[in-house]
Amino acid sequence: MLNLLIIYFLLAVGIFLLPKSIKLQKGVLIAVVHLAAFIWFASKIQFISAEKPIILFAHWIPELGLNIEFLLDGLSLAFALLVSGIGASVFLYAHSYMKSYDYTDKFFFFLFLFSGAMLGLVMSSNLIQLFIFWEFTTVLSFFLISFFHEKEVARKAAFQSLVITFFGGLGLLAGILLIGSVVDSYSLNDWIAGSEKIKESSLYLPGLLLILLGVFTKSAQFPFHFWLPEAMQAPAPVSAYLHSATMVKAGVFLLARLSPALGGTAEWTFIVPLFGVITMLIGSYFAITQTDLKIILAYTTINALGILVLLIGIDTRLSIKAAVLFLFIHAFYKASLFMVAGFIEKKTGTRDLNELGGLKKSFPITFGIALLALLSMAGLPPMLGFLGKELIYEAKVQSPGFGSLIFIFGVISNIFMFAVSMRLIFKVFLGKPKNSYNVSKIKNVMFVLGPGLLVLLSLIFGISPNFLGKWIIDPAMSVIYAEPVKAELKLWHGFNLVLFLSLATVAAGALLSYILIKKDWIEEKWRKINKIIFPVRFPEVFSYALEKFVAISVSKTKVMQHGYHRYYILTIILFTAALLWLQLYFTRGWHLETSITFQPFYISGLVLIIVLATLFTVLTRSRIAAIIAMGVTGYGLSLIFLYYSAVDLAITQILAETLMVVMFMLILQRLPVFARLSAKATKIRDLIVASIFGSAMTLVAIKAINVDFNNPISEYFMANSYDKAFGKNVVNVILVDFRALDTLGEVTVLVVAALGVSVLLNSKKPKT
Amino acid sequence: MEVVLAILVGILYTAGVYMLLRRSILKFIIGIIFMGNATNLLVFLSAGLIHGSPAFVDGTTTNSAQLADPLPQALVLTAIVIGLGMVVFILALKYKFFEVTGTDDLDQLKQTDSQK
Repeated sequence: MLNLLIIYFLLAVGIFLLPKSIKLQKGVLIAVVHLAAFIWFASKIQFISAEKPIILFAHWIPELGLNIEFLLDGLSLAFALLVSGIGASVFLYAHSYMKSYDYTDKFFFFLFLFSGAMLGLVMSSNLIQLFIFWEFTTVLSFFLISFFHEKEVARKAAFQSLVITFFGGLGLLAGILLIGSVVDSYSLNDWIAGSEKIKESSLYLPGLLLILLGVFTKSAQFPFHFWLPEAMQAPAPVSAYLHSATMVKAGVFLLARLSPALGGTAEWTFIVPLFGVITMLIGSYFAITQTDLKIILAYTTINALGILVLLIGIDTRLSIKAAVLFLFIHAFYKASLFMVAGFIEKKTGTRDLNELGGLKKSFPITFGIALLALLSMAGLPPMLGFLGKELIYEAKVQSPGFGSLIFIFGVISNIFMFAVSMRLIFKVFLGKPKNSYNVSKIKNVMFVLGPGLLVLLSLIFGISPNFLGKWIIDPAMSVIYAEPVKAELKLWHGFNLVLFLSLATVAAGALLSYILIKKDWIEEKWRKINKIIFPVRFPEVFSYALEKFVAISVSKTKVMQHGYHRYYILTIILFTAALLWLQLYFTRGWHLETSITFQPFYISGLVLIIVLATLFTVLTRSRIAAIIAMGVTGYGLSLIFLYYSAVDLAITQILAETLMVVMFMLILQRLPVFARLSAKATKIRDLIVASIFGSAMTLVAIKAINVDFNNPISEYFMANSYDKAFGKNVVNVILVDFRALDTLGEVTVLVVAALGVSVLLNSKKPKT
Repeated sequence: MEVVLAILVGILYTAGVYMLLRRSILKFIIGIIFMGNATNLLVFLSAGLIHGSPAFVDGTTTNSAQLADPLPQALVLTAIVIGLGMVVFILALKYKFFEVTGTDDLDQLKQTDSQK
């Protein structure tokens, strides 16, 4: 399994390296790879249906519970077959579809990577590993939706789906970590084994909700459903692959995967079906009045996803069986319908139902494919869809809890779905042609091969469903249900309540579609009424919220990052002063070990001179006076150093101060006079801030007097200065011997500064 | 005397911060120098003041505890030199800056590109 994934990822990168002549056929080549994978998976069917999953385990970071764990059992096999099988047909289709676009290398690269990530996802049995693949598909879907990135709507849609699914992804990760902490493992087996413990834990509900957040965003459940119709900006192969058959099913997959570990509780059987029912209803309801071909399909996909989530949530044997079956049914008809929609858009240049019509004559084969697929969607015999619908009805009738309600909504949603299917058949293919299209027929083989195969499968399995049931659905069911189950699938169930319901659905649906097709104005009215009843448009709310969020961030940033240098300094100083005062307050109550005295008087006098010079520097308006007064301060300090036994400091201070004053004087003539830039109030404010800081520093200095430096170091220097370094002046010895490397660093700084000064002063004035 | 010098440290810091908050770049540089001086004095002061006994030793010294602590002195000496290097560099930068922009006002420094 791991080898397969590695092959996938290597080949995906390899696309870029192909020679040009082969590159032209890359779609077909990738389809062949997928077909090979499909065959490989199919060859495992017999082995796995005997309840023998294939397991691959490797240590990664066992200390953290992170291991590489792959599992191929009934459930992952069912999904893997879908991913590789639909993948093959989609890549065949994409080969023709993408021919007219540039940068197809990139497209195929992303799509190929995606199918690899998807396979990795369905085969992962370590939850963290699964999460990594999960996010990988999210990122790739962003690139695929935004393939036409020169269109703003496409970028927006891609961004929207990215934000929503990432948001859910974070929830999923948090949920995995929460539940993982209960059983102290991220391995699926441990979760299932510790199922009872998890369900009793207080972390169960928050963990479940967070995981469901991930599931619902990925699988476009209400209230996150709106990203899916928006994502129809993607090229048709992407819609067919990601947004019908694979990625949006990842949430459903996870739900089924975790059902043995987390399912069956009161919370599960309430929350999951609830969102499923709502999603199912909205999907089918909004599909009816749309006019964009792909958006109609997107809404029907939402409907299907709702049904799947609902069925897994009901959690009876029958409902699981219906879910697995419906998974296949939907993948078959929806992927082909998306491909047909892409084909129609490509040939006619529009997806608008009002501009299409009578395409039966121009594209007879496509019509045949679409007809079969739509029949399956409507749930009519002899397609597999009929079987599914019957089973779903049965499951809903028998569902515990608020079953009758679910069941009524189910019928309503199916009536809508029937009407949608009929509306598509009549509006797009029958009726009067609105335009004439001349198409060469040979070129379209590739276009119809993919969807044709899928629809054919749907038909074959519809007539003889037992192969599908025995080899694929039973093993998958057994995994979800955690015990061996047998599902008997029949096309004909005999005369019973369910069949009666089906007939009623068809009758009501036919009536509804008849009205819609014949009377355009009703449809128009309906759309208007919808706008009034449902005034909230989710995508708009989303972008509005996002815009507000960004706007708030911008305004906050503007307050913080205003660009005024002195306010930055003001902020820094104020915070430092506040922290200092706080610390001084916490450590109050210390005593002073030294007496307050002005002795000796000449030092006190010196301090007075320094203070006056400092004040003069601050207050004077003359630059020369300011600099000289500043010099006085520096020289005064050197005298203090000298008096208190720091000869070297005094010398250095004098030299440095002299150099600084000279440098100031040198450039002074080139500089402007001090401008009066600040208002009086500003000056007072600055003075207050400076005083707060200065007084804190005075207290710090007084406190510091009582603190001893680490004497052993100094003692070592004192003791060894003469004997080992042969120097009498300890300060000098420290600088040039004990800490010579530090001094080397200091010299380096000076050299760099000197170089910088030299470059700055010698560079020519830029031309203005 | 320590307390008097501590107050001097506070005054130097006050002057330094006040000058840092001015818009004139020249004053800003003077502020940096004051801050540097104040910090040097603070470190020097914290080692304790000893009059007339610099850390000079020969082989016979026994009263090393009564000599001035050489370590803070070495630190401050390094700080003075580095401070000098920094101030000189900033001055040169300031000179260039004024030559190019013709302003001494820090508030004019908001844009990275010249506005023309």
